[in-house]
Amino acid sequence: MEQELTDTDTGNANLIDSNDKENTNDASLMDINSFSPMMPTSPLSMINQIKFEDESDLKDLFITVDEPESHVTTIETFITYRVVTKTSRGEFDSSEFEVRRRYQDFLWLKGKLEEAHPTLIIPPLPEKFIVKGMVERFNDDFIETRRKALHKFLNRIADHPTLTFNEDFKIFLTAQAWELSSHKKQGPGLLSRMGQTVRAVASSFRGVKNRPEEFMEMNNFIEIFSQKINLIDKISQRIYKEEREYFEEMKEYGPIHVLWSVSEEDLVDTLKGIANCIDKCCTATEKQMSGLSEALLPVVHEYVLYSEMLMLTEEIGKLEDKVECANNALKADWERWRQNMQNDIKSAFTDMAEENIHYYEQVIGGISYCFTLKRLYSLLFSSCPVLMESV
Amino acid sequence: MQDRKIAAEVAKSVAVALYTYPSDPMTENNFWLKKIEISVSEAEKRTGRNAVNMQETYTAYLIETRSVEHADGQSVLTDSLWRRYSEFELLRNYLLVCYPHIVVPPLPEKRAEFVWHKLSADNMDPDFVERRRIGLENFLLRVASHPILCRDKIFYLFLTQEGNWKETVNETGFQLKADSRLKALNATFRVKNPDKRFTDLKHYSDELQSVISHLLRVRARVADRLYGVYKVHGNYGRVFSFWLFPMRGNCCESIQDIEASLTVELKILTEEDFWHPSEIGENNGIEWSAIEKEMGDGLQSAGHHMDVYASSIDDILEDEEHYADQLKEYLFYAEALRAVCRKHELMQYDLEMAAQDLASKKQQCEELATGTVRTFSLKGMTTKLFGQETPEQREARIKVLEEQISEGEQQLKSKNLEGREFVKNAWADIERFKEQKNHDLKEALISYAVMQISMCKKGIQVWTNAKECFSKM
Repeated sequence: MEQELTDTDTGNANLIDSNDKENTNDASLMDINSFSPMMPTSPLSMINQIKFEDESDLKDLFITVDEPESHVTTIETFITYRVVTKTSRGEFDSSEFEVRRRYQDFLWLKGKLEEAHPTLIIPPLPEKFIVKGMVERFNDDFIETRRKALHKFLNRIADHPTLTFNEDFKIFLTAQAWELSSHKKQGPGLLSRMGQTVRAVASSFRGVKNRPEEFMEMNNFIEIFSQKINLIDKISQRIYKEEREYFEEMKEYGPIHVLWSVSEEDLVDTLKGIANCIDKCCTATEKQMSGLSEALLPVVHEYVLYSEMLMLTEEIGKLEDKVECANNALKADWERWRQNMQNDIKSAFTDMAEENIHYYEQVIGGISYCFTLKRLYSLLFSSCPVLMESV
Repeated sequence: MQDRKIAAEVAKSVAVALYTYPSDPMTENNFWLKKIEISVSEAEKRTGRNAVNMQETYTAYLIETRSVEHADGQSVLTDSLWRRYSEFELLRNYLLVCYPHIVVPPLPEKRAEFVWHKLSADNMDPDFVERRRIGLENFLLRVASHPILCRDKIFYLFLTQEGNWKETVNETGFQLKADSRLKALNATFRVKNPDKRFTDLKHYSDELQSVISHLLRVRARVADRLYGVYKVHGNYGRVFSFWLFPMRGNCCESIQDIEASLTVELKILTEEDFWHPSEIGENNGIEWSAIEKEMGDGLQSAGHHMDVYASSIDDILEDEEHYADQLKEYLFYAEALRAVCRKHELMQYDLEMAAQDLASKKQQCEELATGTVRTFSLKGMTTKLFGQETPEQREARIKVLEEQISEGEQQLKSKNLEGREFVKNAWADIERFKEQKNHDLKEALISYAVMQISMCKKGIQVWTNAKECFSKM
């Protein structure tokens, strides 16, 4: 069956058709216009799904992290997260996996990836602890923030051209709890042992004089970027805090008008109207705040962690041709990282702008609903014709 | 700014429109032969010597009166003089005493209350002086448009006679007419049969005062938070504008300040926090690749819009302050309403006391005449103990009492009349006030809603521009 491809470039369309072995007339096939990476229905239908974003790659590995659960044992309390993987790749035994992982497991995975690929930029994990302002380790906001970051972490790996095929990554996604424990106990593999050597060599070459130019640039950029992204992180969090406080005050502000309307016969409608507008404003603020915490804050914070990590990794850049291949690998990954960073920052801020526009539109809508414009204008004009010219 | 000017125009035209020629041209208090326009056009800082010969600084306000020529609508400046706040207070106190049945318009607050974080509580602050100037103008317009108050001679002289006005007011001796606070308080507690309408009005004015205070308090807190939200976006502006330039000084400190608790003044980054391109050379001597330059340029133009956004809050909150002032006027009007109620209670109490006194005298008289002693009296006791009084003595006393009773009856009659007149006139003014209040508050609330719409429109504009810049990165 030929599918209608509306927005994709024709290059991809050809690729799809040639891979399309068992394209079915399955009614459960996704409507191509309502693409969602979270809900493919059959392994092969996924091949027909195309991302309408910039990437021309075919995505064949979909991971979600959700459903945090608290576990209490005699020794400790900890949280596990459900990791669901859906894939069409042949090397996976099945097309769907569901496992439970805790933060320790993620740490282990990151360590293994760093070992195996010392010259690549490994995505950051969310912080182990956040000391400031934490009353208890497991409050809801903390868990949710962490969950989002862990989700991002795994997806970054999945999107990385090299890391996505890492063996430990596969085991992390698919192994049952006991399988993972026993795998963890094994010693480091051949590849990772080589990586360790590279790392050791790298760290012994500090302060080499003739640094290649690219790494000078990388070094400069990271330093400045790190300052800026940290500032942006703090600014964004401060904005969120101020908005939350604003929301709390507005919640008190609206009802006062209703209270007032009790003693004012002639002003009941107007006062209640204002109260409704304020309520609408509260709702819009809530929505905007949630938009911030979904889109902007996690992205910015991830890059803060990235920049911390990169300030250390750039040590590698001080090598010369001793580990030439390492330099090239890092350079390529650095290019890729920079491109991604630009795209991510761009879409995060574009989304933020969109949320703000939407917020103001909602508020105007609310006010217009409560006070029909005709009434507004007629009331103003009746007392002063001067105003008519200015509006 | 534009909106404020317009609002002032509205107020003025309202005053002029409401003012009509005195309905009864035969009354002697007819000082205004033509339509007038009053404005408090300027404020000036002055220094002088006060009553105890100490140096003091105060603000003087220029009051200009114009008469509008009927035919061509042109206005001619007829009077202009300077007054300070204390003189306005004197005028108002005079009106309060001489027109106790009128809800006398209030003055703007003496000291800034309900201030939010950035708003100055200093009486000399130019913004406060400006808002006070508007408030004083409003007061004069209210008085000028009141059908009864506008005819007062002292008010006329306030606008026309600069020197000696204070002496003239004091010479009227109005302070002597003023009721003592204590007397009024006493009456409030002891009056037995006040007019129910006034009791209800008193409750209403209490509620009005309480709800408006609460509203203004919360509004100030909301303003504070809104200010914070907008201003922090200015920091984005700084960071974006200097994307490719390192920070000067201690980056960590800036970060700590930005995230500092909400009770601490939030840090606003300035250009000074970053190395200026001219100080370290374009692109600080680094060859940025196209990818960085592209991002840097996009962010820089977005940064400009963030600056616009951050600075827009100043005008927005200034306009809102004007709205707060409109509410405040009615907060203070509540006090004026209570003053009228108190006067009624005082008169009613006076009446009740007079009636009681009369009744007891009548009874005394009766007892003397019939010889029966129904009530205990010291005189009665002493006469029992020390001997009866002579019939002549008794006759004399009865005569005195009868005179007093007759006087008392006259007085009671006139007090009754006075009381009824008061209630009638007061209630007429209260009805007038109610209509004015409903009209003004409705307009204020609706213009507040319009203000919010205009604020949202500005917001949409800025963020649409910013979004475009971001998407071009």
